Amino acid sequence: MIRESYLNTFVLALLIAVPAWAVVANEPFTITLATRAVIFALAATGLNIALGLGGMVSLGHAVFFGIGGYAMGILAHHAQTYTPLMDGLFLIEGTKSMPVIWLVAMVTSGIAALLIGLVSLRTGGVYFIMITLAFGQMFYYFSISWATYGGEDGLSIYLRNDFPGLNTLVPINFFAICFTILLIVLLLNALIAKSPFGLALNAARQVPQRAEAVGLNPQRLKLVAFVISGVITGLAGALFADLNRFVSPTMFSWQTSGEIMIFIILGGVARLCGPVVGAVVFVMLEHVLGDLSDYWHIYLGVLLLLVVMFVRGGIVGLIAGKHVAHD
Amino acid sequence: MTDPVLATYNLNKSFGALKATDDVSIDVRPREIHAIIGPNGAGKSTLIGQICGGLASDSGRVTLAGQDLTGTGTAVRAKAGIGRTFQISQLAMDDTVLQNVMLGALNISSSPWRFFRPALADRDLRDKAEAALARVGIADLDHMQVAELSHGQRRLLETAVALTRAPKVFVMDEPMAGLGADGSKALTTLLDGLRQEAPILLVEHDMDAVFALADRISVLVYGKIIATGTTAQIRASQAVRDAYLGDEA
Amino acid sequence: MTTLLIIEQVLNGLQFGIMLFLMAAGLTLIFGVMGLINLAHGSLYMVGAFAAAAVAGLTGSFVLALMAAMAAAAIAGVLVETVVIRRLYAADHLDQVLATFALILIFSEGTRWVFGSFPLFLNIPAYLSGPITLPGGIEYPLYRLFLIGIGLLVAAGLGLLITRTRIGIQIRAGENDREMIAALGVDISRLYTLVFALGAALAGLAGALVGAIQSVQVGMGEPVLILAFVVIVIGGIGSIKGALIGSILVGLTDTLGGIFLPQLFKLFMEPATAQTSGSALASMAIYILMAAVLIWRPTGLFGARA
Repeated sequence: MIRESYLNTFVLALLIAVPAWAVVANEPFTITLATRAVIFALAATGLNIALGLGGMVSLGHAVFFGIGGYAMGILAHHAQTYTPLMDGLFLIEGTKSMPVIWLVAMVTSGIAALLIGLVSLRTGGVYFIMITLAFGQMFYYFSISWATYGGEDGLSIYLRNDFPGLNTLVPINFFAICFTILLIVLLLNALIAKSPFGLALNAARQVPQRAEAVGLNPQRLKLVAFVISGVITGLAGALFADLNRFVSPTMFSWQTSGEIMIFIILGGVARLCGPVVGAVVFVMLEHVLGDLSDYWHIYLGVLLLLVVMFVRGGIVGLIAGKHVAHD
Repeated sequence: MTDPVLATYNLNKSFGALKATDDVSIDVRPREIHAIIGPNGAGKSTLIGQICGGLASDSGRVTLAGQDLTGTGTAVRAKAGIGRTFQISQLAMDDTVLQNVMLGALNISSSPWRFFRPALADRDLRDKAEAALARVGIADLDHMQVAELSHGQRRLLETAVALTRAPKVFVMDEPMAGLGADGSKALTTLLDGLRQEAPILLVEHDMDAVFALADRISVLVYGKIIATGTTAQIRASQAVRDAYLGDEA
Repeated sequence: MTTLLIIEQVLNGLQFGIMLFLMAAGLTLIFGVMGLINLAHGSLYMVGAFAAAAVAGLTGSFVLALMAAMAAAAIAGVLVETVVIRRLYAADHLDQVLATFALILIFSEGTRWVFGSFPLFLNIPAYLSGPITLPGGIEYPLYRLFLIGIGLLVAAGLGLLITRTRIGIQIRAGENDREMIAALGVDISRLYTLVFALGAALAGLAGALVGAIQSVQVGMGEPVLILAFVVIVIGGIGSIKGALIGSILVGLTDTLGGIFLPQLFKLFMEPATAQTSGSALASMAIYILMAAVLIWRPTGLFGARA
């Protein structure tokens, strides 16, 4: 068995080394793939806080991913067409500034997570799964019928958005931005897991009765975790849209929710770097198998089935042992 | 007579046609251990649920140190000062012993709404947890995972979690369940001293422990309290003999 | 806005709801009896539709097509149950979700592989096509009326099966107490396979019936599956009656909302804006209905009290 912290270091180092090599070897597509993996990892890290720490099986995280994407799409669309976003009491302009877009993406997905969480946490278990899935579909159909922002066709933007002091059109620069954000979020995730809040949330997940008997409110703890989770996945959505310079209802689809969850399962639930490992493996499979066969989802399905039935704990569990490290 | 710490007034709870508790009025006074005994299905678990807040009563009131808690939820009652232990250990299996005990003190010495500082770095929280572990005699197990503990050790841990909270009253649901003779004896000694800090409402099947510890005993049969009195009075009561001890004799 | 239009739309909503019921009934039975959340139920719907299209193409018989749909879905269901699902009954919901999600991927891509990406067409047979005149002079497509009729028949049949037969008693017992029926000597694993096959056959039937008015294509099952989830959340898990009422509520809300909300908005908005915001809101109507029911009764209209 290899210690989980070594594995984490190795994975993150690999995520730096591959794009660094790609810069030297002039392989921009590899950098794009790595950026894609990093953004997926970020989205899944968000879900992992709800799923791994809070025990909430959310099949609706595409909602936040999509909201983040549309926050980018809408703001940038107005900026590039020089039309105001709102022209009522206040004048709200679009923007091409990444930090502003991120903030909007995080706030709006946080509000959505709060509302969805309030409704779906009224029940638990299998209801929660079905309700989150349904809300995902609601946003999907809403985005399709919202003709102002492209409806089914989605929104394209001409140029990647700006980050102060960096040329974001250079692939490695955009990779660096995404990777830094991932590192910060992983750090926050590690801190939260060990914090008093993490301790309380852990109890709310495993022994809700106990949590109540020591004066904690399990539902409220879970709601806060769900909001944090949604905010992170929303941020990932904004980055993903910026990577593709395109956003469409697909980001809201149930397949997207499922894929975000697959990243975690392949990697390992409740493991700090489980989502990272899972996302990297997914992007590699997508690239390698996708080249071999148009029907690569069959192989993905079989692999997922095998992992669920035989490799409890995902890849991280396989390499670093079953137990989540405690110190 | 001193004011009771914990008191119930005419608590009722029915499940369909079954009256699980029927007009139950009991109180727990300062520095006493008040034991509730009764055959299986007498309504003890229902009563605990009604006192601790997991079950809504059909009618009746619950007060703690004069404060009316009727209708409030479990978390509110816990914060008000009811320290509960469970018949079936409610412990986070994936976590360490220390983490489980620290949970008990979370709402007491700190807030659960802190996100970025490790709980283990909170000196006060940790001291409280370690003191509680030391009192039940499992301080050396603090970094073990709960899943690796024996049943008896889990029972002790269950008690330790309640200890960290320094509650106004303990409500203990069969703390001795599944403990060996040595374990029971150790826990009996612990509870004996504990009553000086906060009185205990003790639901227990281990009659040796009950008669060794209790200042007063109430006997619950078919949801009704049929007798309340000192150990001597209960031993002497014909009604109790008929309804309960008779079965065992 | 005429009464005729309203009646026609109510019938459309009813027809949509009844088809949802065929999906939701199977899902809710499978959850009620086995405690399993089956995301691959939509795939069985798709399997039914493709089987029907293939058999109709070969034989030209619609009746054979429907039978093939039910048989193919039931066989796929039994296969999946014995190979994969059976290992998941004791697993937590997360594992069930993932494994059945994996099955969706396998079914969808497998079907795409065999049949290609282009939609197939399943024609309504001549004797069921064309409009029919209802009392009051309403012209309504016969086939849609046929769907309502078949759905109601299935609902009645299911009701009888559950309340009147030996299997039904075992199913109800299984919903209440799994250990008990095992102790009574019922062959649990056979009962589970049977329930799963029944649910699958209903999904396959729905797929074939709906396939004739929409196109038969990969991915057709999942939107219906998610709507069936909405139905179950509204009706309460495990309740056939809840599934029926929930289905009709969802069917009516979705159909009537799509038609009447834009009209309603036109009363106080300019037509173009009313059309967009009306249909945008209509696309969300059933989910808002679901949220409202949840706030009112967290376990659904007919769900067991937590």
